[in-house]
Amino acid sequence: MSDRDIGDPDSATPGATSTATAQVGGFGGRQASLTADAWRELRRNPLFIFASAVIVLMLAIAIFPGLFSGVDATNKREFPCLLSNTVGTPTADHWFGFDLQGCDYYSRVIYGARPSITIGVVVVGLSVLIALLFGTLSGFYGGFLDTLLSRVTDVFFGIPFILGAIVFLSAIQGVEVLGLITLERGVTTVIIALTIFGWTTLTRLMRSSVLSARDMDYVQAARALGASNRRLMIRHILPNAITPVVVYGTVSVGLIIAAEAALSFLGVGLQTPAISWGLMISESQNRIQSAPHLLLFPGLFLSVTVLAFLMLGDAVRDAFDPKLR
Amino acid sequence: MAIDISDRPLPADREDSSRLLLEVDNLHVEFRTRDAVVKAVNGLTYSLSSGETLAILGESGSGKSVSAQAVMGILDSPPGFVTNGTIRYRGENMLTMPEDQRRKIRGRRIAMIFQDALSSLNPVFTVGDQIGEMFRVHLGMSKKDSRVKAAELLDRVRIPSAKDRVKDYPHQFSGGMRQRVMIAMALSLDPEIVIADEPTTALDVTVQAQIMKLLSDLQQEMSMGLILITHDLGVVADVADRIEVMYAGRVVEEADVGDIYARPAHPYTEALLKSIPRVDMKGQALSTIPGTPPNLARIPAGCAFHPRCHRAQAICATDEPEFAQVALGRRSRCHFWPEVLDDQR
Repeated sequence: MSDRDIGDPDSATPGATSTATAQVGGFGGRQASLTADAWRELRRNPLFIFASAVIVLMLAIAIFPGLFSGVDATNKREFPCLLSNTVGTPTADHWFGFDLQGCDYYSRVIYGARPSITIGVVVVGLSVLIALLFGTLSGFYGGFLDTLLSRVTDVFFGIPFILGAIVFLSAIQGVEVLGLITLERGVTTVIIALTIFGWTTLTRLMRSSVLSARDMDYVQAARALGASNRRLMIRHILPNAITPVVVYGTVSVGLIIAAEAALSFLGVGLQTPAISWGLMISESQNRIQSAPHLLLFPGLFLSVTVLAFLMLGDAVRDAFDPKLR
Repeated sequence: MAIDISDRPLPADREDSSRLLLEVDNLHVEFRTRDAVVKAVNGLTYSLSSGETLAILGESGSGKSVSAQAVMGILDSPPGFVTNGTIRYRGENMLTMPEDQRRKIRGRRIAMIFQDALSSLNPVFTVGDQIGEMFRVHLGMSKKDSRVKAAELLDRVRIPSAKDRVKDYPHQFSGGMRQRVMIAMALSLDPEIVIADEPTTALDVTVQAQIMKLLSDLQQEMSMGLILITHDLGVVADVADRIEVMYAGRVVEEADVGDIYARPAHPYTEALLKSIPRVDMKGQALSTIPGTPPNLARIPAGCAFHPRCHRAQAICATDEPEFAQVALGRRSRCHFWPEVLDDQR
């Protein structure tokens, strides 16, 4: 018993069934999910290629600084720090010149990538986790839970980001936790501070996105066919609601790296002997006129990295939004 | 495939085909909004046996979809609440059942087909994945086995080259094919009751006929109970056994399908039938029902239909009519049903 014999117009050629894929260039028309479309779009976007190349390079520098610099961070091996080289200008052997202690500035900039990028990536990672959990729960269940979580979010949202982090970092300096560890300013505390004051935007974004996905017919349909709440959230709502969070998360890696630099510059972030771009910029502030290269090189690396994440975020947003194509 | 998908009732149980599957009794549903209480369903009563097709007919806003959502237990609550009545599946009241147990009935014993298949399918998963989900959720089947079952089902709803199409995403299907996918999903676990909420409204006319034919064929094959919710009298005539005509949240007429078309016993049904365009009335103005359906927050006193009824008398505005027995298996909620019936001769 087939209904093809009544000339079913539905069962026309497979090519005619996918107008959406035809629009996107007409090739590989068979498997085109939103993500596949987005990926195809991204690969052809020069902005994306440039941004990801920069980010891959920066990640490589952060993970394997030894590959990029012949000397280690404290310049103990090949080029010992010599005070006679203090604030020396760039030479053929030492591209970025020397810092105040006469250490090779290039290797310091290279080693400064790790804390900056670690902080950016970890803070955003934690914030995304919080956003997925809080945003999904409060958007899905609504009611009292939503009110509670939303008010908590609002309280944190109301505190100015940098100011909150400054106060927090100043307040916890030297505080003992359960008599076990004494908190010192460092990568961990900066991560904690930036996460505490930085998770709110992503959570709000996730909540609103879940709210609109929750009322979709396919969620209702899945419920009618026996899916549990957990399954509805994880399989049907989350994949359809996560795009804005991914996009904004990418952008905020750049913003967080900049925020870390700001905190270190203000003297409440990382502290010597740690190395980070923000710290190096901070140390250079008194010698801007006499030794501008101390500001220039870490500043350049910082700007390029932040810019790369912002551009990547932009490209990802464009790719996931069919209206912008 | 040697997988036994159905641990449904034992064959002996299944033999008893006349057995009542679903009894809805005096169902009341209301939506509590900030401004008003909207009474969407006001004392709906019907029953469904296996192998039977029951059509619930009504204008938009007559409460037909809401009543289906209440039966499925997917009412948005709040603001929707079932305030009174019972819904019995094989004698068990589903409204007092623990949610866990009820969820196991949903999809497996009672399934639902939605109006707009494009928005009812998850855009980020392939259709094979979504049909397969039924087997994974309810029967704990493996991913690989469930994909094989999904292909079988697509074949069963007559989708050409089903094996390849399981890998496609919903937007790659045409409207009619998408509705077939939805039907495949609903029928995947061989449910005893299928509720189809305006299954053909979003489709064009030629495809509508194919989908209805497919639905009624599959219903015959599987001898399931089918509840067809629609506002389309044409759709109903071909496939339904019995009809419940709903107005303002309650049934105003209940009859076998032949009777209702031949001789309606309620002025509302009468007016509905008159408003169908007919070839032999070409050139004449199409008959319409004056006015609009009542605001469900302020349902008129007496008979809810009286402000729009051309037969209305003083009593209609004050006294609510009984749901009077017109004949065996046939009832009408009108004070003047004998007159309505007589006029059709």
